[in-house]
Amino acid sequence: MGTSILQYQFMQNAILAGLCGGITCSVVGVFVVTMHLSFIGVCIAHAAFAGALLGLWLGFNPLIGALLFSLASAAIIGPMTDRGELNPDTSIGIVFSLMLGLAFLFMGLMPGARSEALSLFWGSILTVTRQDLIFLAVTTAAIVGLAVIFYKEIQAVICHREVALAVGIPATVVFYGLLFSTGVTITASLQSIGGLLIYGLILNPAAAAYQLTYSLKRMLLIAIAFGIISCWAGLAASYLLDTPSGASIVITSSIIFGLATAFSPKRKVKRWRQVRLAG
Amino acid sequence: MDNTVIKIQDAVVSYREDVALQGVSLEVRKGEFIGIIGPNGAGKTTLLTVLNGLGKLIHGQAWVLGSQLNGRNSINLRKCIGYVAQVQNVDPRLPINVRETVMVGCYGRLGLFRWPTRAQWEAVDNVLEMVGMAHLSRRPIGHLSGGEYQKAAIARALVQQPEIFLLDEPTASIDPKAQREIMSLIQLIHKEYHMTTLLVTHDLKQLPPMCHRLILMKEGKIWKQGSPESMLRADVLSQLYEAPLAATNEIAPLCS
Repeated sequence: MGTSILQYQFMQNAILAGLCGGITCSVVGVFVVTMHLSFIGVCIAHAAFAGALLGLWLGFNPLIGALLFSLASAAIIGPMTDRGELNPDTSIGIVFSLMLGLAFLFMGLMPGARSEALSLFWGSILTVTRQDLIFLAVTTAAIVGLAVIFYKEIQAVICHREVALAVGIPATVVFYGLLFSTGVTITASLQSIGGLLIYGLILNPAAAAYQLTYSLKRMLLIAIAFGIISCWAGLAASYLLDTPSGASIVITSSIIFGLATAFSPKRKVKRWRQVRLAG
Repeated sequence: MDNTVIKIQDAVVSYREDVALQGVSLEVRKGEFIGIIGPNGAGKTTLLTVLNGLGKLIHGQAWVLGSQLNGRNSINLRKCIGYVAQVQNVDPRLPINVRETVMVGCYGRLGLFRWPTRAQWEAVDNVLEMVGMAHLSRRPIGHLSGGEYQKAAIARALVQQPEIFLLDEPTASIDPKAQREIMSLIQLIHKEYHMTTLLVTHDLKQLPPMCHRLILMKEGKIWKQGSPESMLRADVLSQLYEAPLAATNEIAPLCS
């Protein structure tokens, strides 16, 4: 890629959006992966998408709609899974299908061309505006700041939520804070990565880092590096191959996950254990 | 001088249509070691969760360390209560090691916006040494056996410097050797720190000799209580577990 392209404002915005999106999605992803909340995250991502489409339909800022819907879905899912009245998978599946239904309903009711709505499906990091970038940067600073300030509380909840509660940590507040952080992160990255693809960028770098270390701090750093590499390499691939940017970023992150799994030291330990048990 | 540290009056706890505790009243003095036994579903675990504020009373009152339990003060009281649950399933890939898991015990007392000091890390190392887990301190928590995991859980409760120690079937699902080690450890801790201890167990053969009182629970109520010698009789256990006399005869003499 020639360096001349970097002179353009849209490319500079895209690189910065990739940096911020890569960091935020990866930090949130580490918590989602270690706490086994993957399906909850998918559900929140679809809620954000439905909220953004409502904004487009009714004529208000789609990001506000995305934020409200993602926070509302987190507020509904949390208590539903906590109370245990339904199996967590069932309750999340119900909210997930509702959000997907609402997304298609809003899209169907939208008059005229739906190109803007479709761009929220796929995302377009190359059309990120200065306003989107500022929202993304503020979200990144807030998520990273909160993760540093409340690291020990988050670590305790990851370790075991009941135990964290039992030692006097406000584990429920931390848990809901993580769900809301997921919602805010998805909202901030919706424009650049897209509603259908954002979850890949949350899950893949963190899941790849999960294969490589037994240290939470190292996992966070590795996931952040993978997230940024996914965004920048995906962006370069999109530019060079003329492919959709969101899809390129998510496919790059999937390739990184595949490589991390193939070379995972944890896999070797598992294999060795299987051999030992078989013996 | 009144040295009551736990007082429960007419406690009722319900999980939807199931009543887990039905009008339970109990007083525990400072330094007492109490064993709690009974069939599954008798309300033993629920009783412990009421004491650490995780279980909600729908009727009755509970005082712990002089404070009446309510939604507002339960977080602060939990910092003074060490709680060891049954062996948990932990993801073997979890990126948290034994030393870090034990340090979690300090986090409640430490509070928000404060980080563990070197002295606290040293305290964690000392406790790990005491429970015989120093050599495993850097091992991922998900790689421990059931017995090792329970020792780490006891270490975590100890670094909390609790005034009350609640143990919920700490020897369930672990092998006999590890069961003996865990029970010896619990005895050692009680001898050393004189903490008020409530131990829920099904393992009557392993009840520590320093057990002052045995509470027998059945159908959400305290069915009987008294000295281990008076409670661990074949006829009493036969009624408690609704089992033939011959089945309980085997364990009763060993416990007296």
